[in-house]
Formats: sequence, structure tokens, C-alpha cells
Amino acid sequence: MTELTDLTIKAALDGLKAKDFSAVELTQAHIDAGEAAKGLNAYITETPEIALEQAKASDEKYAKGEAGLLEGIPLAIKDLFCTNGTQTTAASKILEGFIPQYESTVTANLFADGAVMLGKTNLDEFAMGSSNTTSYFGNVLNPWQRADGKDLVPGGSSGGSASAVAARIAMGATGTDTGGSIRQPAAFCGITGMKPTYGRCSRWGTIAFASSLDQAGTFARSVEDNALMLQSMAGHDAKDSTSANKEVPDFASLLEGDIKGLKVGIPKEYRVDGMPAEIEKLWEDGIAMLKDAGAEAVEVSLPHTHYALPTYYIIAPAEASSNLARYDGIRYGLRNEDGEDLKDLYKKTRAEGFGDEVKRRIMIGTYVLSAGYYDAYYIKAQKVRRLIAEDFTKAYEQCDVLLTPTAPSAAFAVGENEDDPIKMYLNDVFTVPASLAGLPGISVPSGLSAEGLPLGLQIIGRSWDEETVFKAARSLEKAAGFSALPQTLNRKAA
Amino acid sequence: MSIDKDTAAKVARLASIEMDDAQLEKAAPQISGILDWIEQLSEVDTDNVAPLASVVDIDLKLRKDEVSDGDCVDLVLKNAPEETQNYFVVPKVVE
Repeated sequence: MTELTDLTIKAALDGLKAKDFSAVELTQAHIDAGEAAKGLNAYITETPEIALEQAKASDEKYAKGEAGLLEGIPLAIKDLFCTNGTQTTAASKILEGFIPQYESTVTANLFADGAVMLGKTNLDEFAMGSSNTTSYFGNVLNPWQRADGKDLVPGGSSGGSASAVAARIAMGATGTDTGGSIRQPAAFCGITGMKPTYGRCSRWGTIAFASSLDQAGTFARSVEDNALMLQSMAGHDAKDSTSANKEVPDFASLLEGDIKGLKVGIPKEYRVDGMPAEIEKLWEDGIAMLKDAGAEAVEVSLPHTHYALPTYYIIAPAEASSNLARYDGIRYGLRNEDGEDLKDLYKKTRAEGFGDEVKRRIMIGTYVLSAGYYDAYYIKAQKVRRLIAEDFTKAYEQCDVLLTPTAPSAAFAVGENEDDPIKMYLNDVFTVPASLAGLPGISVPSGLSAEGLPLGLQIIGRSWDEETVFKAARSLEKAAGFSALPQTLNRKAA
Repeated sequence: MSIDKDTAAKVARLASIEMDDAQLEKAAPQISGILDWIEQLSEVDTDNVAPLASVVDIDLKLRKDEVSDGDCVDLVLKNAPEETQNYFVVPKVVE
């Protein structure tokens, strides 16, 4: 039998149903694999006791024939989702030791369907980053390696989730995506990651970064597994007024459909200056694969693409500065008592509790919202945001989905791109526009770089049309046949 | 838009983050650089464009105005750095 940790979620569900192995065995295999891969630093908090208890309950459910959609599947949970009774930190010192007394809607939905929690995964502090190098709990490493042996970043912000799934220490993982925080790490780690339409999953109990952009999503090693997870996580929630009161389709059952006649838009503005030749080739290969499957490629224009990143870097920090005002040392989290008065307590607590990138973004957000600049920056950005969203609406008059690279490069080494914040921000050049428009997007591993690192292609769909996104992604997945394994896994096997 | 150290100090004060001179010296040019980069948005003609605050056209639902949650002081105070008699404790504010 193949190793339990190599199975897809779908295969594991079949195996559990057939009683080939128990949920406890499946969970224990992942706990053991996680122990052996501690060097990745994928988890901030491991929860093996909870996992085994949940797995035991799942075995009882199977025995009674009452198994849920994800019954007994061990998952990793990004440490941005509040989990009742389990430390939730957002990878920030300011929340170290914070034990939520409630469960986020997304994790509650997963657990109601029988999912097992292996632990809480590391991330960029408050999800602000593209490399998982801003966590107070240390960098996460990518299980993939290049020849020079330097430690590579897993991408970010959901770096721990992506690394864990790629390293086969979790079958799937939750993530959140504000500007690319699911799709970019999925591409860097050679797995599939889905950000659904804004409003598809409830944000209740998810620590907020930028509320008009934040959306929960999934990581797994197949398109089908992502579809299964999303089905469980999604749905209306009275506790989040921005969650959509829409039927959640049975995503997983709709994957295998034909894509004959599907119109795939190729946005010409995504051919950015200095795009590496191998990314360009990957994109061309992807177009060819979808054409072979019967789709039709159409060149489309998204004229305001160039302005998406600067727009994002007004809106996201502005919303963050407001959201993070709540961390003041009074009600929860860190408190610095060195000050003389209340104001001092706030200032010192926040100075001690937040890292540099978080402070930088709070400062930018505070500045662009401050008197005299609000219209020039924030309102201006909201206007350009409308133009960006309208670009997509117009493009979808000519096509059904868009195909683009997920990221402008393969995973880079820890420390690279650190000298200049803007250079780091450019990682999200292909993912941010869809975030600003609230559209669903998926990254599918589609090839290897010259250095043997995974590269991803992104499929972006219309609002609420995850079905077509999944279907196109499944076609791409079949055609690309990505089967390479992270070098660290190969070595272990050898 | 160039941000000098004094402006950075003002922003830090508004954001309630304590920063010493060395930190302000370092932060000012970084924030300036980002704002300069953002400045390119001024090229975009946005006359007659309405700001977009939310991407989803979801009708906010009304519900009955009745208590559906609460009465859980212990849970609310559970993570408080300091609490007493069902209250959060803060440094003295009024002399």
C-alpha cells in the first residue's frame, strides 16, 4: 500500500469508507510525519491530542455509517482562524498565548463535517507578507530545494499551510487570501490553492487584515480535494454580513465536465516587462494544454492592471490600520506595563507586540486615512479599484475564465527581496487584481523551473463561478500531470 | 510625497506606536518610498468614477432586534491581561 501521507483526501475518504485503515491510523501517520519534518517550522501550535480525539470520534462515525463530508481527514489550520481553546496568534507576539473562547465559522464547518485538526500553521504576521519571513515564530521553509541548497521561502502569507501540504504532513489546509496569500504559496510549494469569491466563506472568527479583501480558501494536492474542502467551508453565516446567502454547489461532483468551447482569456497586460522566459513558456504551455482539451484562447485586455498593486497598497494598509487598532493591551494579548499612563500602555504594547512589516503597514494606512489625505489616497484608490473590477467585467464579455501565471518567479531564498518592500510586494502582481475585484482564483502546479522548482498557473473566474474555475483547473491538472515531489521528500525516500 | 522624520513621528503618534529617533529615521524613507510608488495612481483619470467600497452586491438582511448572544462575562475576560470583579483593569486615567 502507498504511504498514508501520500494519499489525496479523496483517496483517503475511499480508504476510510472501505475500512482499509482507520482515521486514527491516518491521523497518527500525519502526526509522525510532522514530527519528522519539524525543521520546516510549518506549525506554530501542534494539536496531536485534539487530532487523535477527533480521529477516534470519526472512526465511531464510520462504524455507525454517519460519516461527514471530510470525516477523519487530518488538516492543518492557518493560525489566523480562531479555534476554541487552542492558541491563535496570527503569528504575532501581540497575540502570543491568546486562547479564543469561540470557533471561527470556517473551522466549525470543517469540524462539523468530520475534519481533524493537526495544528495551527505559521504565517506572515497578521498575514502581511509574501514569503512567510515576518512571523514572530520564525520563518517557514519550503520543502522544495534548489541546487545551491539555500533555504527557500514557501511564499506567503499562508506559508505554513502550503509547506505542510507539500511536505505531506497534512492532507489539506485552510488559508486566507487578501492579495495572493493562498495562490502564491500554493505555486511556490507545488500544490493547488483556491481563493473563492469574496463572500463565499464567512470571515467570522478569522483574524482580520483587510476586511474588504480577506477571504478564506483551501490548499490541497489535487483540484478535487480543494473542491471538497471548499464545499465544507463555504456558506452563508448570519454572523458575517458580507457572507453570501447563496447555494453552495456540489463542487467536487462538477469537476470532470468537458471544457470544449470554454473561452479562456489571456490578458495581454500580464506580459509584464522582465517576465522570466520560463514563466512565459509555462504560460504558453498552459494555453496549449487548455486548447488541446477543447478550449478556445482569446486575447483580452485588463487596461488598469498596472495600477492594481499601488491601489492594493493603499486599501489593504488602510483597512489594516483600522482593524489592528484593537490590539491595545487591554482586553487580550500582550500588555507592556512599563509606561506611566494608559496612552503609554497602548504605545509601548503596540511597539513591543508588532513586527516591522506590520508597523510599516499600519503607518502607511494611518497616513493615507489621516486628515487631508483621505480623498487623495483612500478615495482615489477606491475609484481605481472600481476601474480594475470593471476591466474584469468587460473581459468576461469575451471569455469565461482567465489564465495567467500565478507568480512572477519560482520560490526565492530566505533573505532575497528583503532589502526593498516594493520588490517583495511585486510577488503579488498577478494575484492582486483578482483580489481587488473579489473574484475566485486557483493556482495549479503546472511545471518546473530550470532549477527544479514548481511553477503555478492561475485560473480566475467570474464572481460565484467557482464551478467553472474548478472545471478548467481540473483540465489543466490532467494535462500538466504534475507529479514531481519536493527534494526533501525524495531524499527521505532514497 | 516625501515623509520627513517629524511627519513619521506624527503618524506613529496617531497609530499609537512608540518609536524612537533611530526607528523614525529608518521608517520615514521607507514609507516615503512606498508613497512615491503609490503616487502613480494620479495618472489614472477617475473623474466621474464612484469609489468602490465592496465588491459584492449583497443586500444586508434585517433581523429581529433581539438578544441572540451574550451573558458570558467569564469568556470575554478569559484572555484579559488583568481583570477584577468582571472588569478589565487599566492604569488610572483620572487623577
